[in-house]
Amino acid sequence: MRYEAPKTLEQAIALLSGANGQARVLAGGTDVLIQLRSGRADPQLLVDIKAIPEMRAVVADSGGYRIGAAVTCMELIENEVFARDWPGVVDGVKLIGSVQVKGRATLGGNLCNASPAADGVPALIAAGALVCIAGPLGRREAPVEDFVLGPGRTSLGNGELVAAIQLPRRAPHSGDAYLRFTPRTEMDIAVVGAAVYLTLDGKGVCRSARVGLGAVAARALLVPAAAAALIGTTVDEAALERLAAAASAACRPIDDKRGTKQFRVKVAGVMARRAAAIAIERARRQG
Amino acid sequence: MSATLKYQEKELKLVGTRPLRPDGVDKVTGRARFGADYNLPGQLIGKVLRSPHALARIKSIDTSAALALPGVKAVVTRDDFAEMPDEMAAVGELMINFRDVTRNMMAREKVLYDGHPLAAVAATGESVARAALALIKVEYEVLPHAIDVVEAMKPGAPLLHEHQYTQGVKPKPDRPSNVAKRLEFGHGDIAAGFRQAEVIVEREFNTKPVHQGYIEPQACLASYSADGQAELWTSTQGHFVFRAQCAKVLQMDVSKIRVTPTEIGGGFGGKNNIYNEALAIALSRKSGHPVKMVMTREEVFSSTGPTSGANVKVKLGCTRDGKITAAEAELNFQAGAFPGSSVNQASMCAFTRYDLANVRIVGHDVTVNRPKVAAYRAPGAPIAVFGVESVIDEMAKKLGIDPIEFRLRNAAKEGTQTYYGPKLGPIGYIQTLEAARAHPHYRAPLGPNQGRGVATGFWFNIGNETTCSLNLQEDGTLTLMLGTIDVAGGSRASMAMMVAEELGIEFDRVRPFVGDTASLGFNFLTAGSRGTFASGMASVIAARQVIEKLRQRVAKIREVPLEAVAWKDGHARPVDATVAQFAPMSLPEIARMAGKTGGTIAGHAEINAQGAGPGFGTHIVDVEVDKETGAVKILRYTVVQDVGKAIHPAYVEGQLQGGAVQGIGWALNEEYVYGEDGVLQNPGFLDYRIPVASDLPFIDTVIVEVPNPNHPYGVRGCGEVPIIAPMAAIANAIENAIGLRLCEQPLSPPRVLKAIDEAAAARR
Ligand SMILES: Cc1cc2nc3c(=O)[nH]c(=O)nc-3n(C[C@H](O)[C@H](O)[C@H](O)COP(=O)(O)OP(=O)(O)OC[C@H]3O[C@@H](n4cnc5c(N)ncnc54)[C@H](O)[C@@H]3O)c2cc1C
Repeated sequence: MRYEAPKTLEQAIALLSGANGQARVLAGGTDVLIQLRSGRADPQLLVDIKAIPEMRAVVADSGGYRIGAAVTCMELIENEVFARDWPGVVDGVKLIGSVQVKGRATLGGNLCNASPAADGVPALIAAGALVCIAGPLGRREAPVEDFVLGPGRTSLGNGELVAAIQLPRRAPHSGDAYLRFTPRTEMDIAVVGAAVYLTLDGKGVCRSARVGLGAVAARALLVPAAAAALIGTTVDEAALERLAAAASAACRPIDDKRGTKQFRVKVAGVMARRAAAIAIERARRQG
Repeated sequence: MSATLKYQEKELKLVGTRPLRPDGVDKVTGRARFGADYNLPGQLIGKVLRSPHALARIKSIDTSAALALPGVKAVVTRDDFAEMPDEMAAVGELMINFRDVTRNMMAREKVLYDGHPLAAVAATGESVARAALALIKVEYEVLPHAIDVVEAMKPGAPLLHEHQYTQGVKPKPDRPSNVAKRLEFGHGDIAAGFRQAEVIVEREFNTKPVHQGYIEPQACLASYSADGQAELWTSTQGHFVFRAQCAKVLQMDVSKIRVTPTEIGGGFGGKNNIYNEALAIALSRKSGHPVKMVMTREEVFSSTGPTSGANVKVKLGCTRDGKITAAEAELNFQAGAFPGSSVNQASMCAFTRYDLANVRIVGHDVTVNRPKVAAYRAPGAPIAVFGVESVIDEMAKKLGIDPIEFRLRNAAKEGTQTYYGPKLGPIGYIQTLEAARAHPHYRAPLGPNQGRGVATGFWFNIGNETTCSLNLQEDGTLTLMLGTIDVAGGSRASMAMMVAEELGIEFDRVRPFVGDTASLGFNFLTAGSRGTFASGMASVIAARQVIEKLRQRVAKIREVPLEAVAWKDGHARPVDATVAQFAPMSLPEIARMAGKTGGTIAGHAEINAQGAGPGFGTHIVDVEVDKETGAVKILRYTVVQDVGKAIHPAYVEGQLQGGAVQGIGWALNEEYVYGEDGVLQNPGFLDYRIPVASDLPFIDTVIVEVPNPNHPYGVRGCGEVPIIAPMAAIANAIENAIGLRLCEQPLSPPRVLKAIDEAAAARR
């Protein structure tokens, strides 16, 4: 196995394109190294993206943010300005492993690993984030909810990689939140994850909302029906109950060692409702 | 020597204080060497081929392609090990049969579980070894298997062993069975007891096998020399027992194997049995190189012994005023692939906290297609007690009696006749109940969806063969060579404290360490909470021998009669001025002159320690149940336990806390998950969920000290009792919080939520 640490995006793309699909991008390596050790991945080339300056930066960009694909979770958590704008995204990032793991792990890697249970992803979906993709044919963007196709599968083509994740400008009177359910409080994998981003008007009526669910289907889902339950309401108990029902209805989970279908369906609604309650608190507080 | 040293109350200077453990600094600086830290020049890496099937007949094993792979130096299979006749031996509290040991180490006729070893290779590196495993061709005839204990007991269930007929049934059954053994305990008249009862509670419980949760995987390094001697470094709870097992299965003289124990990253009963050790020696013998074998976490889970899963039925009869009249239980224990579960111990512990006239217990030891079980802290007791203490709680509630008061009305005390044999000596059960009742925790207010539970545990504790050497060095410091492994609890510190207390010197004058198997005679393994009890007694004997010799030397030097020399505060002094007058001599002074006064001074003990004192504990736990997710949060936890005497209270507290934490994991989330195909689905700590620090409150402890009369400092042993009560205490607290009695372990969120939803549906 060969290891390369290119200094530019162009070099990285060239290396990836030339490897006949036998290359793997290495960001923090907290998924890749485990897959290498267990024999689940056996690439001929590892392309480390941490030496590429533009991949290491969080750039404020027309009111939004561009998070380089090699920015670590700890860097993001400690970025106070970002954390103030997108606390729900940070909720998810904070849940990724331990402090040590977060010191290496990236949000980009969390997304590209394409686990249905990835904690960073539902809040990105709720926030309406875009994936900035670079490849031999140039650059393109895709909504996060369309980027992951299924467990371990993304829409990246040969030679393509994720350069950054783009978060939009946060709307006034808005808030986001992410909650997951795990049997353990830490060092666990989401049995269900739910993220809500909502915007209020001056009277406290919800004008727009997006709901993302993780670990309840082959990939994280955007659930418009759940968002619709909130829009036009003051996010009262009745609206929250409808949100929970819609979230549960959207689940297409499997029965496995981590949870039964029945459990996931029910708890998805509970987590969505509780996340919405936090999001609305934040929206009211943030103004 | 069959030994007890009687308890003597005396003023203590060191025992009962909290000095730093001698292994502490190396552990926190990363310098301590665990099993996988040992290496030798020219070593090979050994790896094991394991069965992917739960049950299959082995038609053939072809290793030729593996052997032909460059870098492969040796391959061993069943053909490299001798057939063993039936022969039983003790490991900790459990028994093993060498016929089974040799088959568990390397499958012979059949593979009996997912993970069962079939072949082992030694190669120049790990990747070569792995590649070699892939080249070994095995032909199987896959057979239907039995995983569940209740299913496996049914006539017509897939059979693991054609030669196995249920023992303990008369006349001998005419058909083989997965039930290896039926046992029965009891006394009194159970039918009459239930006739006297005014209230009867009867429940059935199910538990899953659980892992000991040691963080260090099994690891060993073996070197077999051309002259037929072998050296072995391994992470073990008993290096002498490992040596005995290796010698037996490899047909070597015991004295030709020298085992050096490494620091151990946890064992809890899981490191009482050999797995790779004999394979590593065999591979070294065949290849002529040292061979190192380190298990992966997956191998630890799939192939080493957890404790049993079980089906437990409990029936209790009581008078209205709270006197238990009859106690009955059936315990059906998974043994794994070979017989020998802890059902025996579970039976004896089930009701022994109570003074009962009428008891009957039937136990079954059942083979199933899972790895052979091993010991786990108080083997079997937590499983039986989960059922019994749940039923006790339910009974107290039915009778409207406070659960601690109910236990007090029936509590075992000195003189209680047990239903398995002995009468209990001085014990501290009642004291733990009273201390729990008096604790502020027991009266603290609870919020909505919160509940409080109480449960209690009993464990025998054991003594057994123990040796040690105490050598006085030329500067007056001492080295204490122990034969029992310090299973990371800090027992080396406790032993050094007792020696320093006897000698009246400072703690850091005594350097304790664990000797290898060539340096001392046989020691039983560290199990049954015996370490500080038995090795402590041996250490005290050795210290008293040293004192005796010191007095003799001083009598000679000062030319006074021996009776005139007393040993006090680290000095030889005149007994009193009227008998003789001489200048006191310190330990260093005597040590410096030892060469001229008769040679080096040492104490030595070889004992079979007798008189272990039973331990009892009472646990209180508060939980909060999230009724929408089924998640159970542990809010507060208090362990009250009689330990006889806490030599080093901090390390005793560590035992009580650690036991409670393991019990919390057992209660809430831990379980082996097997698929329909009999393959283990969660062989790792991601999906086998032991608790993490943030899952737990501070575990409060109350140490009760009712001295064991059969130990010089009153030690009982304390490591096992604390894991017994948690499962029941938590189930009782959940019942108190939400009014539902849960009888299936783990009490995991999906199970709790299902019970809540079903109860709600039933009310509608
Ligand atoms: C102990 C532990 C606990 C964990 N806990 C959690 C948890 O609670 N929640 C959770 O969601 N995850 C958890 N993880 C998984 C992991 O840490 C996260 O998924 C992490 O975000 C991955 O980021 P990384 O930078 O380490 O990715 P890497 O391992 O470097 O990469 C992951 C995958 O993405 C690909 N990739 C990475 N970057 C790019 C890119 N820019 N373009 C294209 N492909 C790319 C890689 O080739 C690889 O396939 C845990 C891992 C460990 C070891």
